[in-house]
Amino acid sequence: MQTKPEVRTNGEVLVSIRGLKTYYAIRGSFAQRLLGREAGHVKAVDDVTLELRKGEVLGLVGESGSGKTTLGRTLLGLVPATSGSVEFEGREITRMSERELRVLRREMQIVFQDPHASLNPAMTIEQSVGHPLEIHKIGTGAERRRRVAETLETVGLAPPEQFMSKYPSDLSGGQKQRAVIARAIILNPTLLVADEPVSMLDMSVRAKILELMLGLKRELDLTYLYITHDLATAKFFCDRIAILYLGRVVEIGPAEAIYDDPKHPYTKALLRAIPEPDPRRTVPRDLPRGEVPDAARPPLGCSFHPRCPSAFEVCGWESRDLRDLLETRWAHQEEAQYEAERALIDDLTVLDAPSAEARLKAGQGHSAADVVALLERAHEDDPSEPFWTGVRSMRADGGHVDVEWHEPVAPRPLPRAEVTVECHLYDDEALAEAERRRADATTRSG
Amino acid sequence: MTIPAQVERVPPRPRRLVAVRRVFAPIGDARGMTRWMLWVGAGITLAFILVALLAPVLAPYEFDQFRTPEEGRFVQLEAPSRDHLMGTNVQSTDVLSRIIWGTQTELKVVLISLFLSISFGVPLGLLSGYFGGKLDRVLVLVMDALFVFPFLLLAIVIAFLLADKVGQGIFTAAIAITVVYVPLYFRVVRNHTISIREEPFVEAARALGAKPFTIIRKYVFFNVVQNVPPLATLNAADAILTLAALGFLGYGIQPTEGAEWGYDIQRAVSDAASGIWWTGLFPGLAIVLLVTGLTLLGESLNETINPVLRKRRYEKVSLAPPGVAEAEME
Amino acid sequence: MSAEPVVSVRDLRVYYGTPRGAVRAVDGVSLDIGAGEVLGLVGESGCGKSTLGRGILGLLPEGAVSDGQVLYDGRNLVGMSVKALRRLRGPDLGLIFQEPMTRLNPLMRIEDHFRETLDQHEPGLTDKEVRKRSLETLGRMGIPPTRYRQYPHEFSGGMRQRIMIALALVLRPKLLIADEPTTALDVIVEAQILSILADLRDNFGTALLLITHNLGIVAEACDRVAVMYAGKIAEEGDARDVFAEPAHPYTRELLRSTISLDTTELHSIPGAPPDLIDPPPACRFHPRCPDAMVVCATKDPVELALDDGRRVLCWLHGPEQAIPAGGTTPLEREEIAVADEA
Repeated sequence: MQTKPEVRTNGEVLVSIRGLKTYYAIRGSFAQRLLGREAGHVKAVDDVTLELRKGEVLGLVGESGSGKTTLGRTLLGLVPATSGSVEFEGREITRMSERELRVLRREMQIVFQDPHASLNPAMTIEQSVGHPLEIHKIGTGAERRRRVAETLETVGLAPPEQFMSKYPSDLSGGQKQRAVIARAIILNPTLLVADEPVSMLDMSVRAKILELMLGLKRELDLTYLYITHDLATAKFFCDRIAILYLGRVVEIGPAEAIYDDPKHPYTKALLRAIPEPDPRRTVPRDLPRGEVPDAARPPLGCSFHPRCPSAFEVCGWESRDLRDLLETRWAHQEEAQYEAERALIDDLTVLDAPSAEARLKAGQGHSAADVVALLERAHEDDPSEPFWTGVRSMRADGGHVDVEWHEPVAPRPLPRAEVTVECHLYDDEALAEAERRRADATTRSG
Repeated sequence: MTIPAQVERVPPRPRRLVAVRRVFAPIGDARGMTRWMLWVGAGITLAFILVALLAPVLAPYEFDQFRTPEEGRFVQLEAPSRDHLMGTNVQSTDVLSRIIWGTQTELKVVLISLFLSISFGVPLGLLSGYFGGKLDRVLVLVMDALFVFPFLLLAIVIAFLLADKVGQGIFTAAIAITVVYVPLYFRVVRNHTISIREEPFVEAARALGAKPFTIIRKYVFFNVVQNVPPLATLNAADAILTLAALGFLGYGIQPTEGAEWGYDIQRAVSDAASGIWWTGLFPGLAIVLLVTGLTLLGESLNETINPVLRKRRYEKVSLAPPGVAEAEME
Repeated sequence: MSAEPVVSVRDLRVYYGTPRGAVRAVDGVSLDIGAGEVLGLVGESGCGKSTLGRGILGLLPEGAVSDGQVLYDGRNLVGMSVKALRRLRGPDLGLIFQEPMTRLNPLMRIEDHFRETLDQHEPGLTDKEVRKRSLETLGRMGIPPTRYRQYPHEFSGGMRQRIMIALALVLRPKLLIADEPTTALDVIVEAQILSILADLRDNFGTALLLITHNLGIVAEACDRVAVMYAGKIAEEGDARDVFAEPAHPYTRELLRSTISLDTTELHSIPGAPPDLIDPPPACRFHPRCPDAMVVCATKDPVELALDDGRRVLCWLHGPEQAIPAGGTTPLEREEIAVADEA
């Protein structure tokens, strides 16, 4: 059966994305809207730069909130970019009008995730698959029918006459997805964006659709942007892979390099977490804690730092991390002890505002020294917890404790071996800075 | 032993019919109470439609006829007799004939107003729902304002205003009723359009490069139109009542133009005190019967076509004892 | 292995009628779930696994009929009165679903959810005890006590699923049925939830029936596995044995079709899972089976017990006496057209 094909690209750049940002405005409360105040943005795509070369398959891998879907849609002009540039064959997409984009749509198409919802239930397969021809006014009625039949055969829906008069509800999931692919390729596009094309299909059917897509790539000389959360299919299907987390590319490089030698802690975690049908393996225990945070209020510094097992001084520690730490501690305690410790701090919500410093008020009947003692106890109970590397100082001051964390350093993408990775662990300047801060801390306490 | 491959030649069918048939296919699946409602409602409605169409044949006399050459002038307020099966009213016209001709009037007005309401309400709803923005906000404001008015009052006001300009008549009545019901179609279609607009297949159409009007026509319209028939039938039922009310209050059609049930009832009010029951009862029954028929039809259509209300009915199955291959359907 | 199973399913059938005919969702399934063990029930969409999970608890839609035995605590749950079943559901048998948001009441705090559950099934507890039990169970799931009074929408997807699991476990059921509990979650969160589920035996002593379509999950988290196809159990046994050397061709083909990090070639199974209203005669997998024999298309296969304690429903393993002469010749099949395919 189908084996993994060699990369066939002549290196020519098809799509060039630079500094792309796609932000969604959040509708604030009524009062906020009345006063004309902004409620903030969801930074779905937050400064992404990458290239897609002709003939290659680039994978965009990420979990929910990573921005991969938005990136794909911005590329096609379905979602307006907030800033930055997207060039397709040298033409700038972000400033095109809807009319100009419509002409461009002949060359770039998209296959969606849900085969059951991508086809108009009120149109037959012939009408759906033939609709692009009609929209772009190609051919006469008879010619269109013929082309639809040809395309249906190409995607494996043969004999075509049997499918042309059927409605989507008469087809199975795999057949529907084939029809969606037929509709996408009938205009002979150059670029095909596939957004989770097989994740809603059964295991035994996925391989068939992937096979089809690989075959089409060869036959029609297509370039793919393959969006998925499934690293296993991405490994098989893609030449290069970009790992996204909260709107940023944290690691990008050739597929083998990513899988054989992952650099970013998130990439490593993703690879470990994939369930393998090998009973000698058990569920991995050393996974990052927590979940993908709210994209409207991302963590300071590196977005992954609250979950990263290797985070250190400069990664962006802040007040919300302290709240998480305390809550995790209390989740595993007896109720009585939790109650006692909780009473030491007056108001936890001061820790919800993202900031590199916080002021904790001692609870009623307790002193600031008690709070400091609590924090030190927490540190002793788990000295390897990365959070503590970020704490710069803890001072009792009257009835308050002032906690300061090290200033966050923004992570930047750097080439390392065959990949480009955005992580302080590989950033010599950041590592040096951390060293300096550690030295400062020792001299101060020394 | 070989397994036969499936060969199926699907004969080509005219497109329009198939699409329409699929939209209304669930009607065949109706069971139980809904099915009963459907048949009774449809039967009654159909009966009235036939009466309206065959009025010239069925009615023994004209709607304003008060004499015949043989009989001479009809007796005023005559009780039901062989010549006048439902009696005569105060103007010496035959009640039965007026009921039959009245059916024609009612249906004429209602059909015109339905047609106008749908022609305005549905496209506006589609445009407003799909494009949103300022157009949407303005239209919603206007429609909501109209919606807030009690139907009857609004109809009266409009009929009153139009009576001055255009004069009373079928069209005036029809327009008055149209204005009242356009917001209904607008609102339902707009809401459904908004939810369809977010569906992946609409986004897919955009990705293909389809123009907005094409998308509305081919992708949104057919999926939204399912809502219209149940709404239209229930709307018709309501419209009959509104028209009758207008007639009762004297704002309906001119008595010289045709018979109208509401007008007849108004005339019959004073008769009741004198023990004359046939002038009021029969028009009243006609109204009640037609409205009931339409309502039954409309509600049952709503339950069958509307995917939200459609009940997933599991039929009864009886299990054959283990070892026997087939299960029997009860 | 020799301990008394918590639940014994014997010849369970669940059918329901549709306008097109009777759907044989579960067609003669027998299973045992031992105390504290994790049994994975795996199969593709439409094989009847969800119906089986609900059928065990009696949670079937109106109009569905069931037949056979589901033995729990010496009683047969099939045919039990609704009231009696309701008393068992919760304290004895728990169920968690795929979409946690739709199962939590958005208008009730987490605290209220727990209070309601405990009040209903253990009314003798004082408020303090209720709170203690709830916080302790939530704590085991990693939900901090500071969030006890929050509303469901304030939690992320993974946390809501943990809350659902905690709600099910606070009553200390003997058996928990999890129907695709991680399908809607991200990969890393999925692994977190799975480690919670895999530890149920150690932390709560609960047996778990894990229903999923993902073979990887089953391999990593389950002790035993049952592979379901078209309403029947094709193969059942220890997870390590089944994955290392699958006895049933469907299991083998399914494993080969699964794409993992080691995949270098794509495999698929021709054809599509059968229609449960009119399944193929005799062995339901025979139209798609690369090893099909003549007998597979004519006689219903007989369930066999293999030496390693596995059960399999396949003529390839015999019993030989039951196969008529000439029955072992390979079956000629026509090329399955894409028209029949999924």
